[in-house]
Amino acid sequence: MTEKPGIISIRNVSRRFGTVTAVHTVSLEIGEGEFFALLGPSGCGKTTLLRMLAGFESPTEGEIVIAGIPMLGVDPNRRPVNMVFQSYAVFPHMTVEQNVGYGLRVTGVARAEAAERVKEALSLVKLGGFEGRMPSQLSGGQRQRVALARALVKRPKVLLLDEPLSALDAKLREAMQIELVRLQKTVGITFVIVTHDQDEALSMANRIAVMEAGRVRQVAAPADLYEFPNSRFVAGFIGKLNLFEGRVAGVQDGKLALDIKGLDRIAVPFDGHASGEIAIAIRPEKLRLDRQPSAADRIGVRGRVSEVAYYGNESHVYLKTDDGTSVTANVPNSARSTRPTIVVGDELWASWDAADTLVLTE
Amino acid sequence: MSISTATATPAPRLRRPRRDIGPLDYTKRAWMRLLLAVNFVFLYFPIVALIAFSFNDSKRNITWQGFTFKYYTQAFNNNALQDAFTNSLMIAAISTAVSTVLGTMLGVALHRYRFPAKDVVESWVHLPIVIPEICMGVAMLALFALIKFPLGLATVIVSHIAFSIPFVAVVVRARMAGFDLSLEEASRDLGANQWQTFWNVTFPYLIPGAVAGGLLALTLSLDDFVITFFTSGPGSTTFPIKIYSMVRFSVTPEVNAASTILIVLTLTLTVVAMAMQGRGGNKKI
Amino acid sequence: MQNWRRNKFAFSVLFLPPAAWLVIFFTLPLAIVWVYSFGARGPLGEIILDWSAVSLGNYARSLEWINLEIVAKSIWIAVVATAICIGLGFPLAMGIAFASPRYRNILLLLVILPFWTNLLIRTYAWIAVLRERGHVNFALEWLHDTINGGLAVLGLPALLGAFEPLQLLYNQNAVIIGIVYVNLPFMVLPLYATLEKLDRSYLEASLDLGAGQWRTLFSVTVPLSLPGISTGVLLTFILALGSFLTPDLLGGPDSIMIGNLIAQQFGSARDWPFGAALSFLLMYATFIILWVKAMVAKREGGSAF
Repeated sequence: MTEKPGIISIRNVSRRFGTVTAVHTVSLEIGEGEFFALLGPSGCGKTTLLRMLAGFESPTEGEIVIAGIPMLGVDPNRRPVNMVFQSYAVFPHMTVEQNVGYGLRVTGVARAEAAERVKEALSLVKLGGFEGRMPSQLSGGQRQRVALARALVKRPKVLLLDEPLSALDAKLREAMQIELVRLQKTVGITFVIVTHDQDEALSMANRIAVMEAGRVRQVAAPADLYEFPNSRFVAGFIGKLNLFEGRVAGVQDGKLALDIKGLDRIAVPFDGHASGEIAIAIRPEKLRLDRQPSAADRIGVRGRVSEVAYYGNESHVYLKTDDGTSVTANVPNSARSTRPTIVVGDELWASWDAADTLVLTE
Repeated sequence: MSISTATATPAPRLRRPRRDIGPLDYTKRAWMRLLLAVNFVFLYFPIVALIAFSFNDSKRNITWQGFTFKYYTQAFNNNALQDAFTNSLMIAAISTAVSTVLGTMLGVALHRYRFPAKDVVESWVHLPIVIPEICMGVAMLALFALIKFPLGLATVIVSHIAFSIPFVAVVVRARMAGFDLSLEEASRDLGANQWQTFWNVTFPYLIPGAVAGGLLALTLSLDDFVITFFTSGPGSTTFPIKIYSMVRFSVTPEVNAASTILIVLTLTLTVVAMAMQGRGGNKKI
Repeated sequence: MQNWRRNKFAFSVLFLPPAAWLVIFFTLPLAIVWVYSFGARGPLGEIILDWSAVSLGNYARSLEWINLEIVAKSIWIAVVATAICIGLGFPLAMGIAFASPRYRNILLLLVILPFWTNLLIRTYAWIAVLRERGHVNFALEWLHDTINGGLAVLGLPALLGAFEPLQLLYNQNAVIIGIVYVNLPFMVLPLYATLEKLDRSYLEASLDLGAGQWRTLFSVTVPLSLPGISTGVLLTFILALGSFLTPDLLGGPDSIMIGNLIAQQFGSARDWPFGAALSFLLMYATFIILWVKAMVAKREGGSAF
């Protein structure tokens, strides 16, 4: 991972509300031109962190530096960042044009220049021709574009987006994801987006910080996060898992030997430190189902099919092993067929490549 | 279906089928409509009769003798009524202006700030709305008597302002409750300072609330009887007080005419207030 | 919401002027009355206030038979009026809440409209209805004459005799009618607000599970609208108890209420300390009712107003 010089430096920042710690000693470097996502369940502190960047909250401890300037005591109206609010906060008593021009008007940008920039911003979000409309005459998606244009017209160093897609319906949300990525490439500035939706974060961001209970658990590119999660929380929050508990038996030929409940002793490649109680996990799509015992070079477990859920493009097969562990395998329906090949009660072997095993020490 | 199953389950007793009335369409049922009609007759008969008989060409005021405007002419030419009307308008104008400003300030302060013992302060502010009017009336009388301030227009105005402030504050606050605070944050985020934010974003939003509150204050002042009764003196008789003294003597069409004028005036003001609030995009009060 | 400390200046500018006005012209007057309530009446109606004379005598006087009777009667009138209000108001609120959306607002407006006309005029209107030569007696007389006339046509003697107008005005019933009339909207509005918000699927579930309409009304609709019912009842009761104008105009010597007694003390009787004590008794009653309401609201997790 190459990091450009950080446009945002968050250093040991904590934020407490009374006795509740919303953000707990977070440190992050966000580079120029990044599309950075803060991902986590609700209440994990991601929105508080974003509001501290915008200046609506101040850190109880720690320091935030944006574009080389420490932000302590700097009012929101004097920060080189702009925000797209979750509710969009498009001023209901102003037209689209007045909304987008507002930030220029209040800071005394010359009228002619302001008009030019508003026009440019509106065409950037494809809202040319909507200048005279009132927000009440716009759809949710259009209102969001106004909010985007209004923030971008200020030419901020960083654009902050607070759950920008949560109020849109599923179809529109996907279109908007693509749109936001295009927009970020066009304007080239840093986007910091807060979301609780893993798909949103994975598909849009080039780097993701996963937060839990006020702390950052892992910062990585989407694929790294999915394929190499560092903890049960991250692995479970992003994607689905089959989890097996066990303990470390030793190190063999650069591989980790593990005793896993319900499996034989297995050896998996691992380059970290691990000892004692441990969990391994395998993604459902990495499992292969066979009617015979699996090949010796694969890790396998036998189970009986308890449920099959058909999704069109794929089926989710739920197995119960002899000791009662549940295993889920996602099977692509690659051939055109209406007859199920796997039915409840079948006895199958689920197996995976040892290299696909996620070793979760935390 | 075989015959045996048909006899095994007795057919449910069917009511007369009414296709257009669903089980919860209570208002579509005849008995509910009758109840509503009775209620509305109760609510409207006295007032409608009062208005109708202000146009009745008979002193006796009981049987319809023909249409006339003469009692309106009489009422308009009654100097005492004219004076009372002028007093009412003047009192209402001043008390509305002052209480709208003060009440709006209070409403905004209560909406916006957290401060110690806020619960207590809020209850205190609501008190003039909830305590019996007569208690406030005699209290105002006691104050002015104690400081030996002669009862007159000033005392009435001061009292009207006092009881109107909480009403304006409540209306403005209700308006502000629908205010998305992220609008202010967005304004700050876009570079506006606090002052610019207040005038460009917050103030335009609260105007309909302040106007509605002001019209409410105007109506309350024009209508008030009890508190004015205790705080007015010679020369500050208001329209309701004048009507009261006329009512005490007899029921005359002239009183009906004067009452009708007041009804029309307050109704107009209230309808305007409603329209203002409706236009503010906030249907519910 | 911001902490006031973050912007003390703006907070002070907004809050202090209206607060000062209310302290001087609302709280201070009430405080004066409160102090007076412990004083005594001088021979000329002046107020005697000194530390040796401080007593609860004025409050005790409200327990004297003649005053207690008025207090008890006020409470009785308020209770009856509130009961009638709920009897009329609940069906009315239900009829509006379950009307089609197109008519709902119109019906609601029709309920509020009389409420916007002057209290004095609304009360006065009833004089014309109830007096000896009023609309009710006129209608009765017409009915009476018609029946008598009909009997005469049939050749029968006038069985009903001469028409005697009913004495409908200047008694307790007239006061109750007036109070119900004046306060009905205060009952209907909270009831409507609750019924309108009431999720229809509760009623549908009850019907679906086999309860009849009446059973559904008493087992589901009424219990779920208790917050509105309690608000309406308490509001109506407070307003009814503090009535002054209605008994003054519609009542007779037998239907004087606390409000009139207070007005008498501050007027012709010139016994301000006693009037002050009565006034505070009325206020305490109001406070207790509001406190009960706040407690109920807190238990239900709602707000007091």
